[in-house]
Amino acid sequence: MQIVVCLKQIPDLQQIRIKRDSREPVLEGVPLLFGDMDKNALEEAVRIVEKEGGKVTALALGSPKLRDTIKEALAMGADEAVILTDPAFQGSDTVTTAKILAKAIEKIGPYDLILCGEGSTDNYSGQVPSRLAEILGLPQVTYVRQLEFTEGGLRATRDMEEALEIVEVPLPVLVSVTSEINEPRLASMIQILRAAKKPLQEWSAEDLGLSAAEVGKEASSLEIISNLAPEQERKNVTLEGEVDEVVEQLIDALTREGVIAR
Amino acid sequence: MAEILVFSEKDEIAFELLSKGRELKEGLGLGLAAALLGQEVEGRSGQYFSYGAEKVYLGESTLLADFYVEIYAQALQRMAEEGGAQILLLGSTKRGKELASRVAQKLGAGCITEAIDLRLEGGGLVADRYALGGNTVASQVIKTERKVIAVMPKTFEALPLEAGKGQTVRLELELPEPRVRVVERRAKEGEAVDIEEAETLVCIGRGLGAEEDLGMIWELAAALGAEVGCTKSPASDYGWLSEERIVGLSGKKCNPRLYLGIGISGQIQHTVGILGSKIIVAINKDPQAPIFKIADYGIVGDLYEVVPRLAERLTTP
Ligand SMILES: Cc1cc2nc3c(=O)[nH]c(=O)nc-3n(C[C@H](O)[C@H](O)[C@H](O)COP(=O)(O)OP(=O)(O)OC[C@H]3O[C@@H](n4cnc5c(N)ncnc54)[C@H](O)[C@@H]3O)c2cc1C
Repeated sequence: MQIVVCLKQIPDLQQIRIKRDSREPVLEGVPLLFGDMDKNALEEAVRIVEKEGGKVTALALGSPKLRDTIKEALAMGADEAVILTDPAFQGSDTVTTAKILAKAIEKIGPYDLILCGEGSTDNYSGQVPSRLAEILGLPQVTYVRQLEFTEGGLRATRDMEEALEIVEVPLPVLVSVTSEINEPRLASMIQILRAAKKPLQEWSAEDLGLSAAEVGKEASSLEIISNLAPEQERKNVTLEGEVDEVVEQLIDALTREGVIAR
Repeated sequence: MAEILVFSEKDEIAFELLSKGRELKEGLGLGLAAALLGQEVEGRSGQYFSYGAEKVYLGESTLLADFYVEIYAQALQRMAEEGGAQILLLGSTKRGKELASRVAQKLGAGCITEAIDLRLEGGGLVADRYALGGNTVASQVIKTERKVIAVMPKTFEALPLEAGKGQTVRLELELPEPRVRVVERRAKEGEAVDIEEAETLVCIGRGLGAEEDLGMIWELAAALGAEVGCTKSPASDYGWLSEERIVGLSGKKCNPRLYLGIGISGQIQHTVGILGSKIIVAINKDPQAPIFKIADYGIVGDLYEVVPRLAERLTTP
């Protein structure tokens, strides 16, 4: 089983601060990590290969810091990794990201399964899996919370709004997973040390046969005209003391606010 | 005339989009059309006209009986090309999102999913969506000639016209056999609850240790006349509450007068669903929990002590 897992490098969302006056997000210095459901996808790939044999290739597009971030994927059990860090890729949107990933997947070689998270933890637009499947001419099975192999294909349980949908599909196929599919492992110290020795390749736009004009911000289909935190004015009153006291204080406050009937 | 093309696998969402489409088409000088896809769909076209569709494309095929995104994308592409659609408006359901992305790729179009607002600014179409996990709202413009936007359900109100009529256009579609096959569909235990309408909302998170402890939460909710909502895990992972009760980025966006968060850390994917609350109260034993930053009143304490006491005080006169 040859599996490629696509991972997105995103900022740690809990560490983003908002500038009080301008409501702009501050991204400088915020650590970069992989999206939650991307890790679910990787975990699933590693489990499949542990059972069925084969190889897991982790594929990620992002900043040069990926050289560090990718170690987590290798430590979690990916056999090798390809990172796409060309500065020309910066500012890519879903259109250019899918284009770049598709080229990289073709260069990686024959595959049976492409695994992605159902969406990235930061924007959750969910576009890349569908776009990638379309470019590669693959069937897609999205929102998967359970996966098993059958003769010549796989059987997947899709988590839709009002129903669980069980589908069968032949390989090769692109699958996107939800966070319910598994609990991603935490790599052990030994695995982290071993990760450093696993094959890691870094490809540029040129390596993928793409010109700088075809990727990055210029080729992107979206223009962001503003990106600000919603306005929030909160009282931030902390009630302290014995349980009985704080409960009284709370009831008084809520009565004053007119949000509970007394 | 170039047009706006509306599609959703859910009629009520299509009607919301058509209602907004009526406003947008004036500003953009476009026609307004809708797509109906399925095995037998013609009977539904009348309703689509009554929400403002001037044209309804009918795509009928046994291959469209089940929703296979590859096949639906192909059918929708054909309709977009037939009428020279410049803007495709879809519902941002799970199916709608994957369809929007796949058809956008076929059309060489930029796409925005999970839009929470659409408006015309300086002659162009601007869409808002949450970004950075809900930390921010990004206003975006699609630069490609064709644009695909998937809009969250209930973003716009469905407003029927007094009289509506239009033209139906039946398209002969050449569709391939789907490569994916549905072998079983298991309905989820649905629940007719609409927490978005609640005036008072009590939400629980992973701080609640066991399903049995929901008892005291329901008691508190009863004392407050509140509905009960939750973060993702109590519904998706533990199955204690139905998924209709999830509040946040992938759940409901609520605007209660009073929100009470109990054993909830306040991660952005949850809090984005409560920003419209008049008063936010948080009960959490960790004084560093981020929810206190967006709370009006915070109690640092053990929910197992605070909740029963609060319920008791609210019920004893
Ligand atoms: C794409 C995406 C979409 C998501 N969408 C949503 C969504 O729509 N809604 C949502 O809620 N989540 C969503 N999540 C998950 C979200 O990121 C968080 O994991 C989740 O909101 C955390 O839930 P929690 O606060 O219940 O749990 P935790 O973060 O584990 O917090 C539990 C809290 O309980 C407190 N606690 C524990 N015991 C007690 C006690 N005895 N008394 C008082 N306090 C106690 C702890 O101090 C802690 O702060 C999404 C995630 C992703 C990646």
